[in-house]
Amino acid sequence: MPECVSTTPRRMSATTVLVGLLLGLIAPLVALTAPAYANESNASDDLPATAVCLPTPDSACLIGTLRTEVGTVPGVDLLVTGPGTDETVTTAQDGKWSLTVTETGDYEVTIVPEGLPDGVEGPAGPVKVSVASLGGLQAVTVPVRTADYSTEVSNIDYLAQSALSGLRLGLLLALASVGLSLIYGTTGLSNFAHAEQVTLGGMLGYGLVNVAGLPLLVGGALVVALCAGSGWLQDRVMWQPLRRRNLNLTQLLIVTIGLSLAMQYGFQYFVGARTVRVVQDNPEVVSFGPFTLTLQSIAAMIISIVVLAAVGFALLRTRIGRATRAVADNRALAAASGIDVDKVIRLVWTVSAGLAGLGGLMYALVVNGIKWDSGLQILLLLFAAVTLGGLGTAFGALVGALVIGMVVEVSPALGMPGDFKYATALLILVLVLLVRPQGILGRAQRVG
Amino acid sequence: MDIWINILSGMLREAVSPQTAAVAIAVIGLNVHFGFTGLLNMGQAGFMLLGAYGFAISIINGAPLIVAVLIGLAASVVFSIILGIPTLKLRGDYLAIVTISAAEIIRFVGRSSLLTDVTGAAQGLPGSEYRDQFTDLSFFGDGSTSIGPLTYQDTGVSGWWVRAVAWTLVFICAAGIYFLARSPWGRVLKGIREDEDAVRSLGKNVYLIKMQALIIGGALGALAGMIYVLPASVQPDAMSKTLTFFIWTALLLGGAASIFGPVLGTILFFAIRVFVKGTAGAYIPDPIMSTQQTEQFSWVVVGVSLMLIVIFRPQGILGNKKELAFNA
Repeated sequence: MPECVSTTPRRMSATTVLVGLLLGLIAPLVALTAPAYANESNASDDLPATAVCLPTPDSACLIGTLRTEVGTVPGVDLLVTGPGTDETVTTAQDGKWSLTVTETGDYEVTIVPEGLPDGVEGPAGPVKVSVASLGGLQAVTVPVRTADYSTEVSNIDYLAQSALSGLRLGLLLALASVGLSLIYGTTGLSNFAHAEQVTLGGMLGYGLVNVAGLPLLVGGALVVALCAGSGWLQDRVMWQPLRRRNLNLTQLLIVTIGLSLAMQYGFQYFVGARTVRVVQDNPEVVSFGPFTLTLQSIAAMIISIVVLAAVGFALLRTRIGRATRAVADNRALAAASGIDVDKVIRLVWTVSAGLAGLGGLMYALVVNGIKWDSGLQILLLLFAAVTLGGLGTAFGALVGALVIGMVVEVSPALGMPGDFKYATALLILVLVLLVRPQGILGRAQRVG
Repeated sequence: MDIWINILSGMLREAVSPQTAAVAIAVIGLNVHFGFTGLLNMGQAGFMLLGAYGFAISIINGAPLIVAVLIGLAASVVFSIILGIPTLKLRGDYLAIVTISAAEIIRFVGRSSLLTDVTGAAQGLPGSEYRDQFTDLSFFGDGSTSIGPLTYQDTGVSGWWVRAVAWTLVFICAAGIYFLARSPWGRVLKGIREDEDAVRSLGKNVYLIKMQALIIGGALGALAGMIYVLPASVQPDAMSKTLTFFIWTALLLGGAASIFGPVLGTILFFAIRVFVKGTAGAYIPDPIMSTQQTEQFSWVVVGVSLMLIVIFRPQGILGNKKELAFNA
């Protein structure tokens, strides 16, 4: 075992680990503090004061935002009727509206067509909404569209567009899952906190680019560097000492769950539960043939391909890459043949966190925002990708991520209800385990 | 002084709340999986959600209370079997990934707008639609009773009745597990946890026994789900991965493979969080930490404590270091 060749004392003192743990946790988060607060004020400045409805125990709020596929619609009257209510509300400058109601029951929200701007069409009939209990908020969606909005998209075009989105999602997932798989391969750890590293990338992007105002490229490079640094630090202060303490893998798995919880609520602590954006202006859209993409998506896809190719090249052709694969293959043998296993694992953590951060930053750019639980939502897609490809194989993770990305985006185009697109990916994961537990590229071996 | 009385009574209220009791039962179920058998079930919240759906939907469609409970339990048994068949032969972390995914699938399906008529989609099912049969059983009468700082209605939506039933069930479950763990069957479970191959070589059907453990723990999870939604409503997003992680924290805090560890762990988990939140709110000035942030802060403390418990005291408060599933 690698521990045998290590000359450092095997048992670290409890305090070292404790201090290390806290440092590792706090350091990446502190980076967020200052920028997050700086933004609190200007977020409220540029929105006009809306009469915000606050639910009390005896009342509930109907709230909504009138929005077409192009933008929000201010100054439109909505007629709300229901038990004891017959009122008109007007949407505010940002398209938002809200109304206090004091009784439970069924309400109808009708748009007053005269108030709609030219070229915007409201729904044919009233929108029905049911208030089940008082003391809460009830969101109401009144669908409005511009007149030239067309839902008539040919199936082939829709499929092609979905496939492209699938490729995009797959590439972004690949950035994170290659790292997850490398960590699993070299240390045996299923890192549940890897998704939070993805969120960290997006959040740091928000802090550095949106709030601190750095140019996207400079900020982005800094984000990747900071995320990679957080991976290095985590291994230095936490994972390496824990490996030395000989914690078994189940314990480490639960440690990563604790870390994931702490990081999620850390994001909420500093940024809040809202969705934040990395860049303020709306992205430019380009169309070619049946495809419509934002410029940022195209850039993100190109960057992902280049970075993934570089990682692949490094793994196959460089000395350290070969050493990494050797450690993943057989740690004890690698250590015996003179590879510094701890150094390799440190590098794997650094690179993986950097890749996850890059993935998170580009995810935030592509889907136009990041939230404290964005990572949590894709965590299982990452695991599905890694398992599908074969736990611990970097190239398997790449293939798995592309497949999962494609499944998530294309299954709605093939008739799967949109609500089920994540469920489909997870179902595939379960089925793969049933028939081929070693994954697509994994070696067939006894895993039980 | 008032601050402390407030914090302490807040902790007490949280400690006896029916939802704490519900989570305690889920933790007891997870203890059967992880503590006794060594199964890494990362989808206990999925079992809860399934039980809650089975129970609430049956009652809304006119089933009597007892039938609804049985349907909820049956749903969890079927779920365990479906999960267990592919994974119980595989390495432990596969079960973890499959259970967490399967629990998420249930949540995604439940909150799908296609099923609005059945599950209420993301809005969920309001408690008023399925609670009546349960509250009608109450022999506590109307009115309200105060015990110390606690004042609740005798029956009501979330009163003494649901608390009494929930905590009685907690102790019945704990007692049941006490006898199960001491039975020959329970000793085989511990044997599987310690050394699966050794048990297999003694001629035991390890696969089948693991499956039985998965089913029993899962059924306890489903029961927990039913109690969890009685004073509230069925909200799919309230029973997601995060709740599973809380259940794990409570189990490891109290001590895996012990009888009262799960109960103690759950009570402490909820009470300490209220304590952290209340103390931070009272003593840390607003500019440093706002009221909203004390909530987040208390959850960060939960996450960090989970890490510290697992590293420094993996047997928890009541557990025995020799009986630790972290052995393989």
